[in-house]
Amino acid sequence: MYAFEYHRPTSVKEAASLAGQAEDMKFLAGGHTLLPTMKLRLAGPSNLIDLGQIAELRGIERSGDTITIGAMMKHAEVASSAEVKQAIPALAEMAELIGDPHVRNRGTIGGSIANNDPSADYPAACLALNATIITNQRKIAADDFFQGIFTTALEEGEIITQVSFKIPSQAAYAKFRNPASRYALVGVFVAKHADGARVAVTGAGSNGVFRVPEMEQALSGNFAPEALDGIAVSQDEMNSDIHADAAYRAHLVGVMARRAVQAASARG
Amino acid sequence: MTTVSLTVNGQSVTADVDPRTLLVQFLRENLRLTGTHVGCDTSQCGACVVHLNGQAVKSCTTLAVQANASVVTTIEGIAEGGDLHPMQAAFREHHGLQCGYCTPGMIMSAIDIVNRKGNALDEQTIRAELEGNLCRCTGYHNIVKAVAAGAQAMAQAPVQQAAE
Ligand SMILES: Cc1cc2nc3c(=O)[nH]c(=O)nc-3n(C[C@H](O)[C@H](O)[C@H](O)COP(=O)(O)OP(=O)(O)OC[C@H]3O[C@@H](n4cnc5c(N)ncnc54)[C@H](O)[C@@H]3O)c2cc1C
Ligand code: FES
Ligand code: FES
Repeated sequence: MYAFEYHRPTSVKEAASLAGQAEDMKFLAGGHTLLPTMKLRLAGPSNLIDLGQIAELRGIERSGDTITIGAMMKHAEVASSAEVKQAIPALAEMAELIGDPHVRNRGTIGGSIANNDPSADYPAACLALNATIITNQRKIAADDFFQGIFTTALEEGEIITQVSFKIPSQAAYAKFRNPASRYALVGVFVAKHADGARVAVTGAGSNGVFRVPEMEQALSGNFAPEALDGIAVSQDEMNSDIHADAAYRAHLVGVMARRAVQAASARG
Repeated sequence: MTTVSLTVNGQSVTADVDPRTLLVQFLRENLRLTGTHVGCDTSQCGACVVHLNGQAVKSCTTLAVQANASVVTTIEGIAEGGDLHPMQAAFREHHGLQCGYCTPGMIMSAIDIVNRKGNALDEQTIRAELEGNLCRCTGYHNIVKAVAAGAQAMAQAPVQQAAE
């Protein structure tokens, strides 16, 4: 790991002002992506701004038809939150499927979303649950936020403060885990909202997380696994690597989507 | 250098560290607590698991400065004087180790599982919860048995959990 200067602000304002002054800086959340990357010297920021002591980045709150989660909430905290389990059980279950218990005790929702790993789970939840990413500067719809592998709408020095999810009437996440890394080989999050269904896929796309309009249309008419019969995603835009080729991933998208709809319907 | 103050196994520690010092390096090299191991250094194996404010974390993927003002418990901090912690005793009794490299992490993870899931653990739960801990020797079977027995023994010896 290259040397860096370490900063520990206690408010978002202080963190933003440090970010404005510090050259070549990165925010540090749970560190479970950033620190391994720094160890490999794939990242070598001169300044590291630790968001870990900022109380305003924590908390989970339900209001009306949304549930809002602070950026520094850990995966384990979301997985075990009574509010989340009650409002969107599928979201708590998704958080419980991230990595292993130790990863869930450190990794955060804000870090996962800012990172936008093509195999990460939260980006799929954000798209399917029509989330709004709230930063210290603005509110960004999830549909506009994720812009391709490891790429987001965030500007340099912009801090995610909260993520606000729309509470669906039914939802589920089906994940086919890479057995070694535990990231999603393919993960499909489906949700039924008052204004239609949403289907979001992670792990599969060569350009990162994406929605499947054909499936959404079919499920908006009839939210049942049979509605997906005959709908296939094209393998042209699927990721292909040593773990699975494009055809296999395309097939898995269909399988996982059906399983997710089945699980969502079974929950009632 | 950055100053870091924390409590490790019940003792307060303050030191000036290079901010890139990992928590595991700090424990092993500054404090000479070499029971916590580094297996992979890539966040995969769990040999480095310690408790940070009562929760199991990989200390190879945590900076020492991130543990400022926190309470850390390592494998050295769980026995009571000369008496092994019930989970340690169960690993010995059930032959839950061969080379022992993964064992400190396994035991710290196992105690964390009991803290979260209670004392009656079935095999499936134990195997799923040990997902972040790799063992190259045992084939896991005796580890699973040891965790189940240790979990039950912890119910009978609640005093020993006070070390947290
Ligand atoms: C063994 C292992 C298994 C894993 N398995 C999975 C898995 O199955 N599924 C999955 O989804 N993930 C998985 N992860 C990744 C894990 O969820 C990470 O914790 C997560 O991707 C990043 O979150 P973090 O809090 O650790 O962020 P960090 O590593 O601290 O930061 C990541 C990036 O986000 C930026 N950032 C962080 N917070 C903010 C913020 N509030 N505002 C703006 N920018 C910010 C940082 O500057 C950095 O660039 C795994 C990780 C490991 C080590
Ligand atoms: S040494 Fe930390 S996970 Fe392997
Ligand atoms: S006993 Fe040797 S690695 Fe587990």
